[in-house]
Amino acid sequence: MSELGHILTFPILIPLVVGAVLILINERYHRLKFAVNMLSTLSLLVVSIVLLLITEQHTEVTSQVVYLAANWQAPFGIVLVADRLSAIMLVLTAVVANGALLFSFSRWAQVGVHFHTLFQLLLMGIHGALLTGDIFNLFVFFEIMLAASYGLLLHGYNVVRVRAGLQYITINLIASVFFLIGIALIYAAAGSLNLADIAALISTLDDSSRFLFHTGAAVLAVAFLTKSAMWPLGFWLPNAYIAAAPPVTALLVVLTKIGIYVVLRLYLLFFGDHAGASAGFGTGLLLYGGLLTMAYGIIGLIASQESNRIASYSAIVSSGTLLALIGMNNPAVLSSMLFYLISSTLAVAAFALLSELISRIYPTRNQVLAITFEAFEVDETHDVSSGYVIPAAMAFLGLSGMACALIIAGLPPLSGFVAKFAMLHQLLQAETITLAAWMFLILIISAGLGSIITFVRFGIRSFWASHRETPPLLKLTEVAPIIVILMVCVGLVVFAGPIFELLERTMSEASNTPMYIERVLGQPATGGNA
Amino acid sequence: MEFILAIAIGILFASGIWLILRPRSFQVIIGLMLLSYATNLFIFITGKLAIDQPAFTGTSDAVEMAQFTDPLPQALVLTAIVIGFATTALYLVVLLGSRGLTGTDHVDGKEREVTHE
Repeated sequence: MSELGHILTFPILIPLVVGAVLILINERYHRLKFAVNMLSTLSLLVVSIVLLLITEQHTEVTSQVVYLAANWQAPFGIVLVADRLSAIMLVLTAVVANGALLFSFSRWAQVGVHFHTLFQLLLMGIHGALLTGDIFNLFVFFEIMLAASYGLLLHGYNVVRVRAGLQYITINLIASVFFLIGIALIYAAAGSLNLADIAALISTLDDSSRFLFHTGAAVLAVAFLTKSAMWPLGFWLPNAYIAAAPPVTALLVVLTKIGIYVVLRLYLLFFGDHAGASAGFGTGLLLYGGLLTMAYGIIGLIASQESNRIASYSAIVSSGTLLALIGMNNPAVLSSMLFYLISSTLAVAAFALLSELISRIYPTRNQVLAITFEAFEVDETHDVSSGYVIPAAMAFLGLSGMACALIIAGLPPLSGFVAKFAMLHQLLQAETITLAAWMFLILIISAGLGSIITFVRFGIRSFWASHRETPPLLKLTEVAPIIVILMVCVGLVVFAGPIFELLERTMSEASNTPMYIERVLGQPATGGNA
Repeated sequence: MEFILAIAIGILFASGIWLILRPRSFQVIIGLMLLSYATNLFIFITGKLAIDQPAFTGTSDAVEMAQFTDPLPQALVLTAIVIGFATTALYLVVLLGSRGLTGTDHVDGKEREVTHE
């Protein structure tokens, strides 16, 4: 292991330390707290990009950077592994996190206590889940992530949030029980908790152990599919998204995608071609579950009137699409799947932030919020008078709303179109197009139609039919993150060629499980072996 | 002994599942606790049951592995207990908050409307 390996601990240690330090700073100094948090989150963006560059520098097939915690060799100690896939997810998380944090500056960070600490701990959990190479460690990081998300969901305590929080926490605690049972069964079958080690052992399992292993994997899948909101496990999602504060909703969008990432990672490691008799286990379930989720999401989307609800059903449609693509067991679609994941996460997160700004067109609907602000003595008028208000607010809202709609619906010229076009292209290139692929094609096009209907109706009601004389007051810190996130989406289109090449490399590397096993288990401990 | 433990875990799971399907948040939290106890026992037995066998050896001599019990599930259970304890405490806070804000201990935050005929 070179010195480079230590950089893998930064995405976990920075938020841990900063989160702890932030507790010590009194809530009165909210600008200081915000500055510390922003500094940390920006440094995490830098670390993620550096990590991506490091994994890119390895010109050979493998690019994994392996970190042996406490210098114990792989199956015995806990390892952190970064490859291109986890590095890309880290960068995506960092972009959304920076946007959400900046957005929260003007009011949301002040409607409750310890927002910044919980924010950092959530990032720690996400990063740990992305980097760990050990299945029990994955559980621990998931719990950190979820515990922080419970706190953030309840941030700005009101009746709606507590009601939604109670259900969200219950669902996730039950999912955690499934998670543990799954891990226990896998350990009973394979006798290891290291992902690479388990992946290496799968093809050697005897029949009774294999049965146990499959049971364990299926139980584990219940936990992750609950998090990634597959029908019928995803009914918690709209309530949680709607109740949460907008910056928190943007982070929940990322959280849902972490569920997808884990499904993808474990699927590739456990049930790829190397797995012998286990190869392809559960693909049908993922495929048809994904298709049903898409159908459910489309129906929910068309029925949605409020912007929050539109955002949550868009997230469900996107989860369904991703799960169905994983379930197709077709390596060719994986790179466009990843492109779709990035583009839809950014668009839904941007729309979640934007929806709160749009709702300011109707001030009377925000009564509950006003009470929260009063309770925490957030002085709104002070900030407004200090000159950060942007001009042409309505034009901004309209244009960015349209941009989000175009990406989510997958219309040209933005990144959603590129993603969908790539998927359709890959699927139609196959020699025989299966029934499932046809169903997927129909659903993905209906999803586009459904989103367009919903967004057009929403746009007409918000922007054309609102009888309001003065446009809402928007602050620069609220507008900037949305513009940045949408510009990243534009960047995805402009540099679509190089990005697709990167994603091709990413997925061919992530699918190459024997190489992963060799890299992780072959990583020597440093120093003298006494 | 396996049989007794299996029955015990089964009863804990069954009671837990029944309780989490009840409408009162107190019943749900008791159900969640029973589920986590059942899960902890379940993890424990994945290391196979053994009586009077140590998990570690004090000597560096070569030892027969069959004489030792698997220490890993015990470590896992310990971690799971700590995490389960923390999340249960957190759930308890939210439960009390919900009771205070909504005035009811129903999990939906409102009583079901009962029609008297």
